[in-house]
Amino acid sequence: MTNDNLIHYIYGIADNSLILGQRISELCGHGPTLETDIALTNIALDLLGQTRSYYKYVAELSPKDISEDDVAFLRTEREYKNVLLVEQPNTDFAYVIVRQYFFDVFHFMLLKELENSKNVNFQAIAKKSLKEVSYHKRFSGDWLKRLGDGTEESKLKAQQAVNDLWVYTDELFHMTANDKKVAEAGYGVDTTTLKVPYYETITALLKEATLDIPDTKYFQKGGKNGIHTEHMGYILSDMQYMQRTYPDMKW
Amino acid sequence: MTQEADIDIELYDILKSVPDPEIPVLSIIDLGVVRSAKLLPNHVAKVEITPTYSGCPAMDVIGDDIKTELQNHGYTPQVKLILSPAWTTDWMTEEGKQALKDYGIAPPMDATSDKDALLGNKRVIPCPQCESKNTRLVSQFASTACKAMFKCEDCEETFDYFKCLI
Repeated sequence: MTNDNLIHYIYGIADNSLILGQRISELCGHGPTLETDIALTNIALDLLGQTRSYYKYVAELSPKDISEDDVAFLRTEREYKNVLLVEQPNTDFAYVIVRQYFFDVFHFMLLKELENSKNVNFQAIAKKSLKEVSYHKRFSGDWLKRLGDGTEESKLKAQQAVNDLWVYTDELFHMTANDKKVAEAGYGVDTTTLKVPYYETITALLKEATLDIPDTKYFQKGGKNGIHTEHMGYILSDMQYMQRTYPDMKW
Repeated sequence: MTQEADIDIELYDILKSVPDPEIPVLSIIDLGVVRSAKLLPNHVAKVEITPTYSGCPAMDVIGDDIKTELQNHGYTPQVKLILSPAWTTDWMTEEGKQALKDYGIAPPMDATSDKDALLGNKRVIPCPQCESKNTRLVSQFASTACKAMFKCEDCEETFDYFKCLI
């Protein structure tokens, strides 16, 4: 187990929070109601805060003299290891909620395991984040039920979002060679064990929301190996704009 | 109280005078974010603080305010941000809870009531203005990540509730 193994493992976890945080931040001032706008912005803030804790640790582990900002802003697209789900666009409120719920359930289960990591930094970040993610999961789950079991229009849109985003759920449980190595050493999480409880949880909620479970057998993957959808480049150019235009600028 | 903060008596009053930048009626001691403060040789004061929420934007300001205040008293400050053990509303002092209430923010209830809420059971948060228990949750998230928004059905005021983190 080298520092490099740990750094790459962290990217696989923290990049999800960074990219989803950035995605939801786009909604700041554009939420459908004031309450949902504020809630989503707060969730984005939690995710970015968690990302900071992980990236600070990356900076400590790195042999180079880098800061958390370098990790966030100066990597190229292929170097980001987030799953494809989190980079999907904010098509409409139903997409925002379904994407959030599909991620939150996984995120909660992952952190619950990471809490028992042999690595004290992982333990600390997981314990802290779990408290926040409990609220995220409740927010997105409640809204998904409201949309599914709401009006004809909201049901239609929620079902469309579920059908479209379902293909990105399997990747959450994809383990890279590095993930396996770190999990076997007792530092990381074997996410394959989370797959059954994950699908049980989300199917139960979708049923409660009176939505159909897609029977897709084909799933998209690639993000964990740095192969992203066309949306990723746009997020990065937006997010990295200031650092790329004015290198080393500070607030 | 899960874990007592370990604060040297010489530094207590100085830190107590530093307010939370977002809720100025609350001292950082009452908020429970100061986990330890030690006086070291050569007037070095080492303070460990922990964030309420991971993304709390107030932490940088709190760190700077602590440094300034300690320097004003002739100490060389060292401020360290720690994540473990994770902050809980149980660390908020009774004095802090009262200050919140007087300020119009409903203080965190005991841990079990929020656990109930997370499990979907109803929780009763009394209105900080009129004490009515006839209130309802408007949003899980409010002006900051650490608060939820409620509405009192009697006096019809909306109010912030400082969420329990356990």
